[in-house]
This record gives sequence, structure tokens and C-alpha cells, in this order.
Amino acid sequence: MDKSVASLEAVVADIADGAVVMIAGFGGSGIPVELIHALVARYRATGHPGGLTVVNNNAGTGSVGIAAMLDAGMVAKVICSFPRSSQPQAFQRRYEAGEVELELVPQGTLAERIRAGGAGIPAFYTATGVGTELAEGKPLEEFEGRMYLRERWLKADVALVKGELGDAHGNLTYRLAARNFAPIMAMAAGCTIAQVSRLVKPGEIAPEQVVTPGIFVARLVEVPEPAQEEVLVRAGEAF
Amino acid sequence: MEKLSSAGIAWRAAQDIADGAYVNLGIGFPEMVAQFQPPGRHVTYHSENGILGMGPAPEEGAEDWDVINAGKKAVTLNPGASIFHHADSFAMVRGGHIDLAVLGAYEVAENGDLANWRIGNKGTPAVGGAMDMVTGARRVAVVTEHVTKTGAPKLVERCANPLTGVGCVARVYTSLAVVDVVDGRFVLREKLPSVTFEAIQAVTGAQLHQAGPVGALVVPEGL
Repeated sequence: MDKSVASLEAVVADIADGAVVMIAGFGGSGIPVELIHALVARYRATGHPGGLTVVNNNAGTGSVGIAAMLDAGMVAKVICSFPRSSQPQAFQRRYEAGEVELELVPQGTLAERIRAGGAGIPAFYTATGVGTELAEGKPLEEFEGRMYLRERWLKADVALVKGELGDAHGNLTYRLAARNFAPIMAMAAGCTIAQVSRLVKPGEIAPEQVVTPGIFVARLVEVPEPAQEEVLVRAGEAF
Repeated sequence: MEKLSSAGIAWRAAQDIADGAYVNLGIGFPEMVAQFQPPGRHVTYHSENGILGMGPAPEEGAEDWDVINAGKKAVTLNPGASIFHHADSFAMVRGGHIDLAVLGAYEVAENGDLANWRIGNKGTPAVGGAMDMVTGARRVAVVTEHVTKTGAPKLVERCANPLTGVGCVARVYTSLAVVDVVDGRFVLREKLPSVTFEAIQAVTGAQLHQAGPVGALVVPEGL
């Protein structure tokens, strides 16, 4: 078994128009910058894939990563908890122009919806949001004297994640807190694509050190010394 | 009227955090509470993005942008820290494992309702983890100025802004007082010695009640 793919271009080549794309990361940490930019480059060259739904905690910052996707015009909808950032102009502009739809989800509910999607659980109950405007349209039920509301699973066609080590089986580790959404997004997508800083031989990652087991990963590509989005934004870089 | 600085409010809130507590501090002003942790107490700080055992900011130039807090600021990891994915992080919150959450507020109502994520319906809505935190943490405290920049009360009968959570706030640390929410009423626990009960009532948008003695809200000089 070898899930490794030689190039960034090849690894994102079949992502379709209208796909739901989960993108791991929180702020700049864990954002798979090179995978995103490969997708933006493909859109600029071919006009595809467009009309994407992007799932991330945020909605991009500066002019790189998800913000570059928004600037390119390939995003129809964003599902996130916090669409504000230090440099939110890319999202703001599209949102205020009515060109991008926003589905706002409390952060813990977003994480649990993604986990539920990956675990085959269509809905669950949470107290988060009860009595607020984000409860609108959600069925309520009382458990042990407290009100909870029903939330649905969230699944994706594709997940893009950034690992540190990866092997040909798709086993992944993550660097520090860059882990954030990656393990659950990898579970919730039909096709999970990982960029890893170092592709190693099977067995080089000790089995008990594997964070995402390879069953959740379809393809991976080695990107040595990957960019860190926060560093790019602070340097004023644009893609 | 004399009032506490932000540091003074944060210092007072920190004095109530017990040894061994697992605590989440909201982004912005509440983060300051960690600076005033009393010596001899071990407190473990949780960050929503997946850290337990978060330490202070690193020196400038030593930032690792894969070690950040919920406000995306660079932090450090204390000995014994752990890192986990986002669903586990919010299982800690939703599952009642976080002892205390300290948040900021636009308004707190006498029934414990909190509004802190959006003013009216202006701008781009952004909620983050606040709704999860106020329903999941075992205890929710608020640190805030007693009134808004224009002098309007922040402690009110009913919140006018969109709610973050219903009946969730246990204690409010303000620039004038420490106020508990008890059975749908504000109960004054401490106040600045130089400010009268009547003066605080005059800048509070709901009835303040007394239940037992009102302590002196005194913070160290220089804060």
C-alpha cells in the first residue's frame, strides 16, 4: 500500500466543483498552506473547483490560505465559528457583497458535529446555544432536568490537513497544537488529503505515537519545511 | 468615583481560583487573570484549540506559532502540559471537566443571562467557543467594567444584546464591586470602601441586594 502522491498538483487534481472541503487549522496553526495554494492555483488556471463550501474554525486572514481562496472567488459558503481575524478583509468583502454564505456554529458544536460525522452519528444533543439566536429551528429535548438542543453531523467530500510525519499507510502525527481540527476532519471526509513535513517508512512512526490512523487518510504528499500561515501573514505575504 | 483598573479587577478574580483548578480564560481582558495567580497555588489553564497547561507568552522573537491560545497569541507550555484535538478539548468543556471559565461581558442580567458575543445585529457575527464555555464549565465568572464607555449599566434586569447563555453567570467582578447571581437577583458581596452602596446602585441597571455583610474590595497598591 502506498498512499503517497508525488506532487501537490496531482494530489488536489480531482476535487470537484461544489465540494464540501474541511480545512484543518486554528488561526494560522495547522493550516495546510501548500495544499490550499495548490487548489487556488488550479482554480486560477482552469476555473475549477469553484462553488466550494469551506469548513474551518475561522474564515481566513490576510491574503494567503483560505483568504486567498476567498479572494479568488472559488468559495460559495463558509461554515465556521469565528469569521473575524487580525486581517479579515478577504471574507468581509465577499460576505458584505452577499457573495459568500456564512453558517455560524459555536466552536465546540462545530468540533462535535465533525466528530459525529466521522463516527457515523447523525445527530446529538448539547446545551450549547440553548436560549440564544443560534438555537433557531433546532429541536429541544429535556434530559435530567436540563434543556438541550439537537445538532446534526457534519461531513465533507474532502479534508485538507497538515501533518508532521506521515507514512505510506496514511498514519499521521502533528506538530504541537497544530493538531487542533485535523484528526476529526480526517475522519469526517470521504477523501482526506494530508501534506506532511516528512514522509517516513511504515514502522518509523511508533504505533502508539500515531495520532491519525491511516484508515482515515486517502492520500498524502510530502511538503518539507512547510509555510506557517501566521508567519506569512505577519510578513505581509500574498498568494 | 474611584474605580479599579483592569489589573485590579483581574487580581481580585484570581484570588478566588482554588489550588488544583482547571480554568479557561476568555480572550482579551480575562487572559490578564493568569498574571495574578496567588503563589503556592497550582492552576492548569485550558485553551480551546487543544492545550492544557498553557503558560505565559514567550519573549518576543521566541514565538512558536503552533503554540497559541484561543486568541491566536503565542503562549508557552508548562511542564506537564498536554495537547489534544478540538473535539476532546470541547469534551473537557461540555462534559463539565473545566472548573471555572472567566469571560468578559457586554451585559449580565440579574437572572444570570450573559451577552458577550455580539452587539445588536451589526457586523459579521462571530461566536467562537463562548456559548460552549458558559454552558459547559462548572462555574462561570465575568470580569468587566461596571458600566460601558458611555456610562450605561452593564449589570441589567434583562440583556438587550443577543445572549451567549441563559442563567449561566455565578459571579461578576467589576471595577466597583463583586456581585453574585443568587436565585435571579444580584447580591452585593464586596464593594470599594470609598464608594457607597447607593452610588453603586445608581450605576447598576437592576436592584442590588444585600445578604450578610458586604466586604471591602481592596487590591494591592499599584494595580
